[in-house]
Amino acid sequence: MAIDTASAPRDRGGPAQPLLIVRGLKRYFPIKGGLLNRAAGTVQAVDGIGFSVMKGETLGIVGESGCGKSTTARLLMRLMEPDAGEVIFDGEPVGPGGMSLREMRRQIQMVFQDSYASLNPRLPIEDTIAFAPTVHGVPKAKARAKARELLAAVGLAPDQFARRYPHELSGGQRQRVNIARALALEPRVIVLDEPVSALDKSVEAQVLNLLIDLKQQFGLTYIFISHDLNVVQFISDRVLVMYLGQVAEIGPVESIYGAPRHPYTQALLASRPSMDPARRMTEPPLTGDPPNPINPPSGCRFRTRCAFAEDVCAAVVPTLAGAGSHDPHLAACHMQVPGSGHSRAAARAA
Amino acid sequence: MEAVTLDRAAATDALVSVRDLTVRFVSKEATVHAVNGVSFDLAAGEVLVILGESGSGKSVSLRALMRLLPARKTVIEGDIRVAGQDVLAMAPRALEDFRGGVVSMIFQEPMTALDPVFTIGTQIAETIIRHEGISRAEADRRALELLELVQVPSAKRRLGNYPHELSGGLRQRAMIAIALACRPKLLLADEPTTALDATVQIQILLLLRKLQQELGMGVIFVTHDLGVAGEIADRVAVMYAGRFVESGMVEEVMKRPLHPYTQGLMGSTVHAGLRGVRLAAIPGAPPDLARLPPGCAFAPRCAYAEEACRAAVPAEKRPVPEHMARCIRIAA
Repeated sequence: MAIDTASAPRDRGGPAQPLLIVRGLKRYFPIKGGLLNRAAGTVQAVDGIGFSVMKGETLGIVGESGCGKSTTARLLMRLMEPDAGEVIFDGEPVGPGGMSLREMRRQIQMVFQDSYASLNPRLPIEDTIAFAPTVHGVPKAKARAKARELLAAVGLAPDQFARRYPHELSGGQRQRVNIARALALEPRVIVLDEPVSALDKSVEAQVLNLLIDLKQQFGLTYIFISHDLNVVQFISDRVLVMYLGQVAEIGPVESIYGAPRHPYTQALLASRPSMDPARRMTEPPLTGDPPNPINPPSGCRFRTRCAFAEDVCAAVVPTLAGAGSHDPHLAACHMQVPGSGHSRAAARAA
Repeated sequence: MEAVTLDRAAATDALVSVRDLTVRFVSKEATVHAVNGVSFDLAAGEVLVILGESGSGKSVSLRALMRLLPARKTVIEGDIRVAGQDVLAMAPRALEDFRGGVVSMIFQEPMTALDPVFTIGTQIAETIIRHEGISRAEADRRALELLELVQVPSAKRRLGNYPHELSGGLRQRAMIAIALACRPKLLLADEPTTALDATVQIQILLLLRKLQQELGMGVIFVTHDLGVAGEIADRVAVMYAGRFVESGMVEEVMKRPLHPYTQGLMGSTVHAGLRGVRLAAIPGAPPDLARLPPGCAFAPRCAYAEEACRAAVPAEKRPVPEHMARCIRIAA
């Protein structure tokens, strides 16, 4: 199978068809322990995540450590088998009867946080970039030539860098190589899992600029996972906020950052240190740490840290809801739903 | 900000006084020039934030203040005085009393700083017994007080917990409790909030600020995060390739950065309101400390660099009193 896609139509469903639809993604990890190594509990790492990604957009996924954002990416790529859920790529379900995993992984590529661990230390970077196309049937010489083109595209002069090994590069340069490698199969989606978190601030800005340029140049769609709220705001068109394995809120970046509806999103945004010493914070927006995902609270998982929690929050799991049927901004909070039984819901509806 | 005295006339009896500090790591292969002539004073009760990227020498400077660097491979030169004591001349026994008694340190990774086989309560109590020679019962009582001071919920029960039983935020609080056990005059903080989640990071920052004010400690806080400096600093020093390239009051440095590197750092830091704008990234990468360029170390990345920049290290200039930068473009 050659990957000369110039003739093959890349876009099948048209511009209005979401490039990626994820429904009910779920993965629990059993914890074994005790004398007989029996299951002692389960980590509900990802519990019913669903979202769609439109063609050419950047979906940012934010959340604190352990909220399941990286597991979501791994389930999406099938680097890990989901317990339940489906992924639909440009109208075609991934899995038996639909798109093969091999084909899906050609269309969706991934960049990881640790730029060193994700490169083969014994291959010159040119060969690392050319490796996947060769596996997919591209002649070696052609794959090499393409690798050099991609090195130039990510800002590394091929004559200077092509034969270098990963340890001869700085962190920022290595991350550029990882991006070039992800581009080698001409994917339509790149999943970026904390791609700039390990980089220094001055280098982070270079890589973010590069990602924006490449998206334009290659017509890419991004899923950008990060714990850094400022970076996600900078790069995303839409933002998904995760809390303990579930979606707390999802919507266009302007309304998520400008008018967050979920108390968790509000607290998360308020927790950002200000750059202005004249406007220092006096009280932390939240107390305590995120709870353990082994035994998450009943009902709304955020209720144990929420200032507005009431009885209904413990009893009923809130579902994602918007202000109307066409509202692109959805939040999973009882306060957003008139008649939910939360005292603030009625006030908002009036 | 009230209650912060910054009387330079009193600099002679400053809590910390560092002059021409250089730190080199020497091995067969190379000599790494980690710190290259750092001088500063810190008044009692003052918070200095040292801002810098990885490899700028900020953590090495901090460790030199407590002589935590491996003695055989490290050459430290210059003069370090903390609370009137000459740190570099201290005998091993005096150094043991000094560490934890006068100065203590908190780290980025509480899990590696805490001992996994002892309970939190034991680790706090042991510290107090070692320095003050009080009874175990008395030390246990103090340990409980300390956990309450750092706002650990149900502190009494937590005393019996091992480090792995605590969440990241609680572990960091426990480490702060140990550091404060003997009421140090100076607290050194090496990126203590970097590994924490956003909602926990701000809690720990505000806690440190509150404790610093209540206990009147001097604090030197090392970070790469401009936002942390904005929340906690009285003064800021920006470090690059082992030198302070700029220092001054936090408002001054954040509002009117003088050095091109500081300006670049601010321009390349992503913050609200930058959507759709191209980030003003600094080109290139920080220099290799084993092969430092002569002259200004930032010159290879600087848009304004000229011949004179590469000739000699720029002298300290103070166009405004209290605001220093090392750049030849600055008049005065």
